[in-house]
Amino acid sequence: MRLYGILKTAASALRRNIMRTLLTTLGIVIGVAAVITMMEIGNGASIAIKRTMTSIGANTLVIIPGAQNIGGINMGIGSMMTLTPQDAEAVLKECTAIANVAPIVRARAQLVYGNRNWVPTSIYGTTPSFLKVRDWTGMDQGEAFTEHDVLNLSKVCIVGQTIVRELFGGQSPVGKEIRIRNVSFKVIGVLRPKGANLMGQDQDDTLLAPWTTIKYRVVATSLSSGNQSATDTSSTTEVNSLSQIYPNITSSLYPVPSSIEQADLPQPIRFTNVDQILTAAKGADEIPSAIGQITAVLRERHHLLAADPDDFRVRDMTEITKAMSSTTELITRLLLYVAMISLVVGGVGIMNIMLVSVTERTHEIGLRMAVGAEPNDILQQFLIEAVVLCLLGGIMGIILGRGTSYLVSKVLHWPTAPSLGAIVAAVVVSASVGVIFGFYPAWKGSRLDPIDALRYE
Amino acid sequence: MDLIELHDICKTYHLGEVDLPVLKGVSLGINRGDLAALMGASGSGKSTLMHILGCLDHPTSGEYLLDGREISGLTHREQARLRNQIIGFVFQNFSLLPRTSALENVLMPLTYSRENLSEHQKNERALELLRKVGLADRSDHQPSQLSGGEQQRVAIARALINQPELLLADEPTGNLDSLTSKEILQMFQQLNRDDGITIILVTHDPSVAQYAGRIIRIKDGLIESPGDAP
Repeated sequence: MRLYGILKTAASALRRNIMRTLLTTLGIVIGVAAVITMMEIGNGASIAIKRTMTSIGANTLVIIPGAQNIGGINMGIGSMMTLTPQDAEAVLKECTAIANVAPIVRARAQLVYGNRNWVPTSIYGTTPSFLKVRDWTGMDQGEAFTEHDVLNLSKVCIVGQTIVRELFGGQSPVGKEIRIRNVSFKVIGVLRPKGANLMGQDQDDTLLAPWTTIKYRVVATSLSSGNQSATDTSSTTEVNSLSQIYPNITSSLYPVPSSIEQADLPQPIRFTNVDQILTAAKGADEIPSAIGQITAVLRERHHLLAADPDDFRVRDMTEITKAMSSTTELITRLLLYVAMISLVVGGVGIMNIMLVSVTERTHEIGLRMAVGAEPNDILQQFLIEAVVLCLLGGIMGIILGRGTSYLVSKVLHWPTAPSLGAIVAAVVVSASVGVIFGFYPAWKGSRLDPIDALRYE
Repeated sequence: MDLIELHDICKTYHLGEVDLPVLKGVSLGINRGDLAALMGASGSGKSTLMHILGCLDHPTSGEYLLDGREISGLTHREQARLRNQIIGFVFQNFSLLPRTSALENVLMPLTYSRENLSEHQKNERALELLRKVGLADRSDHQPSQLSGGEQQRVAIARALINQPELLLADEPTGNLDSLTSKEILQMFQQLNRDDGITIILVTHDPSVAQYAGRIIRIKDGLIESPGDAP
């Protein structure tokens, strides 16, 4: 018996009782529709979660200079002065997995406005692309500084919400002048509120300014003195006497190197360095390749031999990316399992109806056997019928599921994303449901004795 | 050579502990081209004999030669193929598939046939048979739209679709009025005469049996009179 004949027989058998066929497939229709809708909602949710995670900084990679060792004293990570703004430009140009790069010069200093003062958590000297890296574009008020400001060492800055509250009492600071270590900065913009980061650090307590301005006008530390955060409290700068709590005492955390020591261990000063380079990978999946590319580019730029260790570190937000992938996976899987249950229930429905159908058509089975159908023919016939039934349900389910997910996105504004995998899976699963749950009734039908079956009315 | 040869066929049903012998040694020969009636009261074993003749059942013992071939030892699959190729069945209750057109009902046995025919050839053959039984214009009617006699004629066309040598009719007129019965029985006579098909009518009705050229009487599982082979 050829496939065409079998399909024709199945189709005509199903046509004979259209209402029952439709009711039987309803279980599968709902099951498949549920699978597809759930998968699409899950997909949409995971895309939305990824977007949120990106704004937390999941794609961010931080390049930090390595540890400096002076006379056996390790100064800790970040103490080497090997990263340059040119490194940042090279990383952006040569690493294909990197979307944005921002060099950072950090400072810790007091801000003064009128009769108020405040020490923000972070003062970052950077470039405008910092906002893109941190997904912080779109200002609350005013506007961001430009590349032009960076080149010009413009004394402009943008401030976060906490500074607005503490220093300006909540009034708009745009256009006002504040002083940082006696350097006066014009506030040209206010950042969007962002809240605390994962470590509980208030991200709104941030001041951003062109890195050149911070580097040369504010920090202005002698380049030989290691990292600024260590030296801020101890070093004396001529520019700012206000930052000294006890102006007459010069105490140093480390022994002051004698002139001989300084001559023995000269600090090479050849370039302007930055404290960090902040980069954003193009996507969470590209982070490993981005790390590889950055390492290759920087090793070449720093003229490191194969045996030399890296003089920098690339840090990724492993914690966040892991949380991201596990969250989205969990959601999608959970929804899928729930939907699978409804498919199984639909399959049981099919089995019930097929059993009823076999009993009801016992006489037909007897007749078919009498005119020459082998048990296998009967098995095939009912099995194909069940599979056709399920596939029919599958197709209707796909249409219904796509429709539902469209409605969900239009009416409820939930994010959904079409998933080809879900459609393929739904078709495969519904066909297998047909085979699995159709087999027992079909087998039962094929085992009937033709004489008994013929006698059955 | 006889189309059918039965030698000492016995059939015993095992109902739990009790053995119920239904056929107790039937020996019979039926010639090619016979139109025979198998007569007997209910419980005489005529249905069981027909099932064995129709390869639907195995005898408990004895030898059954159909067209010179030993049948009793065949597997279910081989029996099924034999039923498809050599035997046509006509039932008392017509046994047509509901909500299926007369044409498709006639075509149904062809789906199990090993013959390689195109769809067109199949349809041609089915339409030809429907014409033969006088239903050429009703090929797309469903059984519920046909009268009893018409339904039985569709069933006869169906039985003939695989060009069988033997037609087994089990009480073919049991559900029909006398006028239609006459038409159906005359059709059997005509098929027997014109196409040389061997026909066995199973009945308990003497008025039906008189259409046959030979009447085989069966009683209590034994042949009472084998009738005269013409």
